[in-house]
Formats: sequence, structure tokens, C-alpha cells
Amino acid sequence: MARSFSLRTTFIPSRDSYQLLPFRFHRLDPQNEILVNECGEFIIAASGTVERVVRRKLVPDEELYATLKAKGFIYDDYSSPLTDVLASKYRTKFGFIYGSTKLHIFVVTLRCDHSCHYCQVSRQNVNKGEFDMSQEVATAAVNTMLKSPSRYITLELQGGEPLLAFDTIKYIVSIAKPGAVQLGKELDIVITSNFAYLTDDILNYCVKENIKLSTSLDGPEFIHNANRPRPGGDSYKLAVEGIKRARRALGAERVAALMTTTQLSLQHPTEIIDEYVRQSFHTIFLRPISPYGFAVKSSRKTGYEMNAFLNFYKLGLDYIIGKNRKGYNLVEIYTKILLQKILTPEGTGYVDLQSPSGAGLNVLVYNYDGDVYATDEARMLAEMQDHTFKLGNVLRHSRAQLFTSPAFVSLLQAACNQSLPGCSDCAFQPYCGSDPVYHHATQGDTFGHRATSGFCKRNMGVIEHLFSLLRKGDTELQNILWGWVTDRNLAEMRESLPQ
Amino acid sequence: MKLHTSGIAQGFQKPIVARVTTVPSLPGVRKNTALVLPSLRARSDIRGYAAIIVQQRIEESIPCPVIHSVRDVDHLQSGHIVVLEPANGFIRTLYRPESPHNTLFATERCNSNCLMCSQPPIDKDDFAALTERNLKLIDLMSPAPEYLCVTGGEPTLLGDRLLTIMRKLRDTMPSTYVHMLTNGRRFAWSDFTTKFAAVCHPNLSVGIPLYSDYAPQHDYIVQARHAFDQTILGLHQLARHGVETEVRVVLHALTVPRLKYIADFICRNLTFVNHIAFMGMEHIGYAPRNMGELWIDPVDYQEELENSVTILTSFGIEVRIYNLQLCVLKRSLWKYSKQAISDWKNVYGDACKGCTVQEHCGGFFHWTTKVQSRGIHAITSI
Repeated sequence: MARSFSLRTTFIPSRDSYQLLPFRFHRLDPQNEILVNECGEFIIAASGTVERVVRRKLVPDEELYATLKAKGFIYDDYSSPLTDVLASKYRTKFGFIYGSTKLHIFVVTLRCDHSCHYCQVSRQNVNKGEFDMSQEVATAAVNTMLKSPSRYITLELQGGEPLLAFDTIKYIVSIAKPGAVQLGKELDIVITSNFAYLTDDILNYCVKENIKLSTSLDGPEFIHNANRPRPGGDSYKLAVEGIKRARRALGAERVAALMTTTQLSLQHPTEIIDEYVRQSFHTIFLRPISPYGFAVKSSRKTGYEMNAFLNFYKLGLDYIIGKNRKGYNLVEIYTKILLQKILTPEGTGYVDLQSPSGAGLNVLVYNYDGDVYATDEARMLAEMQDHTFKLGNVLRHSRAQLFTSPAFVSLLQAACNQSLPGCSDCAFQPYCGSDPVYHHATQGDTFGHRATSGFCKRNMGVIEHLFSLLRKGDTELQNILWGWVTDRNLAEMRESLPQ
Repeated sequence: MKLHTSGIAQGFQKPIVARVTTVPSLPGVRKNTALVLPSLRARSDIRGYAAIIVQQRIEESIPCPVIHSVRDVDHLQSGHIVVLEPANGFIRTLYRPESPHNTLFATERCNSNCLMCSQPPIDKDDFAALTERNLKLIDLMSPAPEYLCVTGGEPTLLGDRLLTIMRKLRDTMPSTYVHMLTNGRRFAWSDFTTKFAAVCHPNLSVGIPLYSDYAPQHDYIVQARHAFDQTILGLHQLARHGVETEVRVVLHALTVPRLKYIADFICRNLTFVNHIAFMGMEHIGYAPRNMGELWIDPVDYQEELENSVTILTSFGIEVRIYNLQLCVLKRSLWKYSKQAISDWKNVYGDACKGCTVQEHCGGFFHWTTKVQSRGIHAITSI
């Protein structure tokens, strides 16, 4: 039996039948606006587009109609329950919520030999043992950590300088590892150290226990030592030597470095980046200072306007891209995280750019005395006598009690940017986070005021900048950025793209 | 290449699937074997064969299924598997061990009716008969092929019968790479997908076409309302069950305008697919009938194709291009070009004489030589 064909008109929605699905918009420049839906899909279109869409001026024959429908901005009388696909995209984006608390930070001691201007803890005399975590606290903290439903647990041992309390570290590792095995959890252990006390014994121990190391590297010697004073003024030398020795023992991929941007750093983005290249790092995180601890107290030395940081970030990013163009693979981590959120359907597990905020939900901090905080910044505030975000104490409270504490509940209320004033209608909301601790610290209000928020200013600035690079960048720049998103270097990108 | 011949059938009522032999076998190994003979003599020993195929005419009745008066038998080689049809005396070659491209033809029916279908569906109930034939065919395939394509029509319309075939393939030739071509719509029903995935074929990939990111356009091309939604849901369900999938995009005037949006859609919605195959259109089946609407010279869509490939490969999704000759394909896209594993292809035209890259080029389907791009030319220097 011969078949016949149906006309195109059989398969089109009726005119004027379309309805809006949730989306937000933002003017990028006088000619262009961006529309972003709940799943982070975006369309950049000529100014006036949103008005046409909302005023129902679109007709099914135009290209934009099809694009809006295919990306889930509108639906019409031809739509069937494909919203199921939209729902699974939404679930994917928010998959991190199911993960529960993955990162567990243990402050094994407050003692430290450094006296960094931006340090987030009051440093203590190096010999005092009263600021070390006791075995009793460590045992209770490990038990609380292992009660997290997450199958993957990262145990970060920090301080102060954690290597000053190496016996405490060994004790924690000795009980955490078998505990994790028993519960079928995968445990990743990181020690965050300034490397001043990195002995061969400690390195051998890290090899044996499969522990990663992370350190601070603020840039070349003159910046690093100025930011990170210690008796002898040799912090840079110790850090760089430590990095080399740690790499030799553990392998390069198990040694990381983080930088903090001070007032001094702001003047030297290229020198800082050159230092990371000199030390053969392939990632760098251009990170602003946290407005906590000594950072606020000594604001004359470290404080700065977010505008100055944005400038630093843009110059730095440009310089980093230049390194990649010349064949040196160097990834700026914050850019990579944001691009993944913008360009892929995946969510990312980065605590500072999550909504609901990762505070508590995805990270917990166990202080040396057993007090539990939602973030490391929350612990900083406590050192300044602000206990707003103290969830409880591992010696007295169960995991359930920590997560139903008034402190945690009040944090959660301001944890979703979907419902924060200034965020709820922001086009970039799906890419951004909420940071109630930051807003409490800087504005005295967990909900915060976006118009004067440094957090908002930074992320709006960075995201707009990234969209401008994505739109206007040359092919090589696109390749570099996409390479960051997909973990490929420029040579690999050229290999796989049509060029 | 010749795949069928015919003669006069005698002595059997049901189709016979048998392995061809051109030299007489010992009596013990004649089961499932069809002997090809130029003529039947009085002393010919034909006992125990499944059937005999004879070139000469036979007048008398013989105690064995036979197709006689078969003029053309040269293509029938020992080891080929054929089906002998009692109704019309057809002898179809179903399987050639030396071919890299053997298929199991599941059914002629289809629930879509694509405007460019290369093998238009036929509405007849062939499920039971073809399944029986295919199961027998699988039994006879020896040694097992490296590659086997399950196609149709729409194989999933077979329902439980498809599961029987898949289980048999899994059990008898687990290392054979099975490539199933389907429109994927049936996989939108989770009970079917669950059963299909439960077969756990160890070496399976399901190829599913997608012609637009915009549902009405895809539905128009495949001539079925809501086919797009079913296909997308089907792809998601297959992924959820861990079945490997590939997405195929046929290039013609109705798919080219939204090619970069299709790429974008795949990156956002179908990131799990193993690779994307872009296919030049074949000029056979329905395509010639709908040429007015479908034809676009491949040289005129290279820009769109390149953009689309850039989007996909930037995202890290593997791309392959089939059925487009190197001389019409942009240089930057050559590295994605694959010579299809089919011996229906690799036909070259007069314009190809002197071409230096012919050995890397897929050439034409033998039926495609009629409609050609104006860009076809011999590449004499690279």
C-alpha cells in the first residue's frame, strides 16, 4: 500500500498559542540582550527581543520562535510533555544537592608560624598545645563526618599550620580511613600547609597514606613574603622548595597551590601568573580576599574595592589566555567553573557558586575545639566573636542537631538566590551562588543588599566579561576557553576541531 | 553487486534459509545446505540437502526442495546464506561472510515515513516470518561476523520478537558488534526500554536519527506527530539504562538551516551519545520523489556543517561524516570523513579519474551517481 505525505501545516503550532516558561533577561550592551532560562540555557538576541516575546509578537515561522521553543523558553499547543526533558535538565543542574556534605575541613590546630595580613585565624604562639584538636574532639568530628550521606568524602586538614600538629593528623587519618572503608565511602585526604615544616618523614607518610598536599603561593618572592611574613622572612623559599619536594614524592598532580589577592597583588597580576608558570603549575585561581578575620581588621593593608579586583581579574585572565596562546596550558579556575555552568548542562560542586549555598550543605568546618561551622569564613567570624554561624559542637550535638540548629536554619533561609531580592530576577542567577555568610560579614544581613554587594559586583562583572569573550573572542580564544571546560589543552583542541 | 536471483520453486511451502555450497558435501553435513548445480543428472546424489538450486530446467518431480531454471547463479558462493522463497522462486542472499557489512532485516514496516527514506516502508505483517528467518540466519552465521547491522523498517516494532533476536545475538555471537538503526520512538515507553536493556547485549550501539532541535520540523520530516518528543525521551531512557547510542543527522534542505541549533541541542540535551554522524542524503527510495524540497548541493552547506561540527567538537562530542565525497567537503572537515563500511559504495565516476585522494574517499552509492554535486571533481594536488 503506497503511503502519502502530510503537508507541513499538519505539524505546526497554531498562531498565538505560545506561553512563557520561566526565564530572566539582562541587557549586555545597547544592541544586545541575553535571555537565560532555569536550566542555564541562554540566547543572545537583539535588544527588544524580550519585549517582542512577552508581548506575543512572535510567529511560529520565525527562526527565533523555533530556537526559543527548542531551548525551553516557551511552549505552545504543539508541545507534548517534553517538559520531562526540561525537568531532567533541571535535576542535572541541581545534582549537587543530592551529594550532601562532601567537603569536611578539620582545623587541627590554630598554631601557626606565619602572621599573614589576610589570615583568617588569630595566630597563636607556636608552642602552645591548648589550641590543638584533642583526640576526643577528633574522634567525634570524624564520626560526624562519616555520617554524611555523601559517598565521596574529602577530608581537608588545615590550621593554623596543620603540620605543627602532625600527631593529630595521624590520629585523624588512622580512624577516618577504616571508618570510611567500613561504610563503603571513598575518602580523599588533603593537607593544606605552608610547607615550612614539611619533613621527609611527613612526605613519606603522605605517600604511604595517599594524601594530597595544598599550599599557598601568592606570587613571586617579593609579593609572597610581603603577604606572608614569618620569622626569617623566608616563606617564599620554604613554599617553593616544599612544592618541589612534594612533587618529587607525590607526583605533580597531587600538589596544588592557591593564591590570595592582596592590595599589593593587585598591582602585579602578570608577575603572579609568571610565578605560577615558573613553578610549572597548570592551574591558577585568581581569588579575592575574604572580608574576614585579619583581612577586615587590617583593611588598610589588604582591603580594596571590588572594582580594583575585577580589573586585576580581567588583566590576569587576558595574560593567562596569552600563556595558552603561546602553548603553555594554564587554566584559571574561577573562569573554568563559571564557563562550565554557562556552557554545559552540568552543575558544579563549587561551594561559593551554589544555590542553595554550599555552606553546611556541601561543606562543614570542625574547629580545634569541636565547634562546627557552616564554612571556613563562618569560623573566621567566630574568631572575631561573631558566632552567628556556629551550628553546634561535635561533642554535644549529633549531625541531625547540627542541621536543625537555629544557626543553620537562618543560614538556609538566605541560601537560595532564587528567592533573594536582586537575585530572583537576575539573568545570571543560574550561574551564580548565594553567600549568606559573606553578606552577613560585609553588610550585617544574611539576605544582603545586591546593589552594594561585593559578591554581586564581582560575579556580575566576571560573568559579563566571560560572555563578552565568548561573543567577541577569536577562534583561538574560543578554543582555549572550551578547552578549559572540557579539560583539553590548545593543541588537543586544534586536533579535534575543524581547523 | 547481485543479491538476488530467481527460478521456479518446487517441492516446498515455507521459505528455506540455507548455506550455499557449490561443491557437493559429504552426506553427513548436508543439513541446512543448498547445493548449486548446473544440471540434475540421474546419478546426482541430492539426499539430505535442505534444497538444491539448479540452472537447468527440471521437468520431473524430485524428492528434495528445489529452485530450478535459475539463470544467474555466479554470485552464489559457498558459505553465503540465502533464503529460497516458494511463492515466487526468489533466491535472496542474506549473508556473505566476506562482506564487512551484513544486515538483519527486521521488518519492512515503520511508524515513521521520512520524506527522504532510502528504503520506504511497506505496510504488511512480516513480523513472524522475518523473525523466524532471522533466527535461522543467526544460527547459520558461522564464523560470527565482526559487525552486524539490525535494520528495517523499524526494528522496535517487533516488540518481544526483537528481544528474542537480541538475546540470540548475545548468546551465540557476543563479540559481534551489533549496530541497530531505529527511530528510537518506541524507547519512550519505559517498559519496553527496560526489557530491551535487560538483554544486556555486550557489544551494542543504537543509531537514532535527529533532524531538528525544533519538534514540529523533525515531525514534519519524519511525517509523524510527536515523533521528536518520543525520540528524545527514548534517547534519554536508553542512556539511563546504559545503552550506547549515536545520533545521526541526514543533511538536506530541511535539516541544514538549523544545523548549528541541532548541534547546540545535542550538547545541552544529549551529552551522553557516543558520537554524532552527519550523513549525506542518498538519492533512492522516497528522496527522488521529494527532491524539490530536499535538494541542496552539499557545496552550499559546508559553512553550516563546519559551524555545527565546531560546536560539537568544542564540547568534546565525537563527529563522523558519511556519504560526502572529499571534493565537496571543506578541507577542515576531511578528518571527520569516514568511508562507510558498505560494499554498496565506493563507486567512482568519470570526474574522479586522476583524483589523488580517491583511496580515502567514500565515493558514491552506486545509485547516487545520477544526482551529483556541482563540486565533484578530481583532486589532483593537496
